[in-house]
Amino acid sequence: MRFLASIGRATISTFALIGQITVFAVVGLYHCVRPPFYPRLIVQQMIEIGYYSLPVVGLTAIFTGAVLALQSFNGFSFAGEATIANVVVWGITRELGPVLAGLMVAGRVGAAMAAEIGTMRVTEQIDALTTLSTNPFKYLIAPRLIAGIAMLPLLVILADIIGVLGGFIVSIYDFGFNPTTYLKSTWDGLDATGFISGLVKAAVFGFLVALMGTYHGYHSKGGAQGVGQATTNAVVSASILLLLFNFIITALFFAT
Amino acid sequence: MTDGNPKIVVRGLCKSFGSNWVLRDLDLDVAEGQSLAVIGGSGTGKSVLIKCIIGLLEPDSGSILVDGEETVGLPPHERECITRKFGMLFQGAALFDSLPVWENVAFGLVQSQGMARLEARTAALEAMNLVGLDSDIADRSPAELSGGMQKRAGLARAIATRPDILFFDEPTTGLDPIMGSVIDNLIVKSVRDLGATALTITHDMASARRIADNIAMIYEGRIVWHGPVAQIDRSENDMVDQFINGRSVGPIQLQVAV
Repeated sequence: MRFLASIGRATISTFALIGQITVFAVVGLYHCVRPPFYPRLIVQQMIEIGYYSLPVVGLTAIFTGAVLALQSFNGFSFAGEATIANVVVWGITRELGPVLAGLMVAGRVGAAMAAEIGTMRVTEQIDALTTLSTNPFKYLIAPRLIAGIAMLPLLVILADIIGVLGGFIVSIYDFGFNPTTYLKSTWDGLDATGFISGLVKAAVFGFLVALMGTYHGYHSKGGAQGVGQATTNAVVSASILLLLFNFIITALFFAT
Repeated sequence: MTDGNPKIVVRGLCKSFGSNWVLRDLDLDVAEGQSLAVIGGSGTGKSVLIKCIIGLLEPDSGSILVDGEETVGLPPHERECITRKFGMLFQGAALFDSLPVWENVAFGLVQSQGMARLEARTAALEAMNLVGLDSDIADRSPAELSGGMQKRAGLARAIATRPDILFFDEPTTGLDPIMGSVIDNLIVKSVRDLGATALTITHDMASARRIADNIAMIYEGRIVWHGPVAQIDRSENDMVDQFINGRSVGPIQLQVAV
């Protein structure tokens, strides 16, 4: 009986948490489209999420593209320029570009958002915003959500290009493929649906990373330990949700 | 309870967190232009009371009138109109880490009053000057200031918008007695210059005597005594006597684990 009760409690608290996050997301999105806006803060967050994440996303993409080319060449005994180029460009644009960029940004930016907003919560800075007639959702949450949705697709476009470049470098200098043929095969293998699905994923992932970072930061309590917990929760929950939504979006685009 | 027109009227205020009732049917009046200090031990509901009045917490039941207008259950945009009347000095100053000192002080002027940044900077420097902060520190980060300077910057931010009502949450906590006295004197001067109504919560009796015209004592979520500061030493209330004299024996029982 006690076992069943604990399952019941866990189920109720899980649904309560999903409800809280959904309400938080809806309120956050509502404030994204209702004035007043804070352009300075939006640009600041765009630089933080986009520009400062570029090195880590770029490095991840170039090595992933290179590894993809290496593994494809070893895995397919019949592999030529067209096969390797297709595997790299499909893999990077449809899956690895958006997913790895999302995970990198979740680790770098989601954690930082949770830590910053969590510290503001426990030091009463969020309460201070309210007493200064400033809605914390408009000032703290909305700029981060907007920046996350806007910047992840741009990062993913760059990650796609850098990832394909990684595969290109290995294919040309390691396998001795013809560069012109490889690039032509890459271009032929690039399909609009796959590329667009990657950008849709990126926008959703950007939203999820910003949502988890702000949600856990906003609800953190208990001092330094609470902020640390919020940071961990933000990264873990964003990563899991990102993989879940990757499956859902892939299914929506490509399931027959 | 009040000497003049009531600025803040609290009636039957109740607030609980789970099964823990923090405020129990609390009544309190603050007259216009009065400086009231609410004293009481840790965990008696002082902070919850002030947060309910400001709107940071929603009471379970009861009424809070500010200038005769009910504030409990107000939608956010109407609540913002009420909040514009408030200025607040937080216990830890709560300055925004990401902004320099002058932008902290000017925050309310820029965000809620729509003042241009250049004009707001001038106004912020004036407010800083009023609390004895030099303009040299205007561009510094709050983290570079001492505790006393952070409190002054927090006070400058609270008074910069010239609010009708000022709230002070434990203004002297964490400060040495001399700096505590300096902050108290600045609070008295600021409240007098603005002609504002002030509500302070503190457990520092020396501070309460310096700041307040009237004192109310809260215990177990209710106001157990309310009167002029001059009468507190002859309140004929055992709880007040025990608290202001810091006696461990009396009607107030503390849970002390041995």
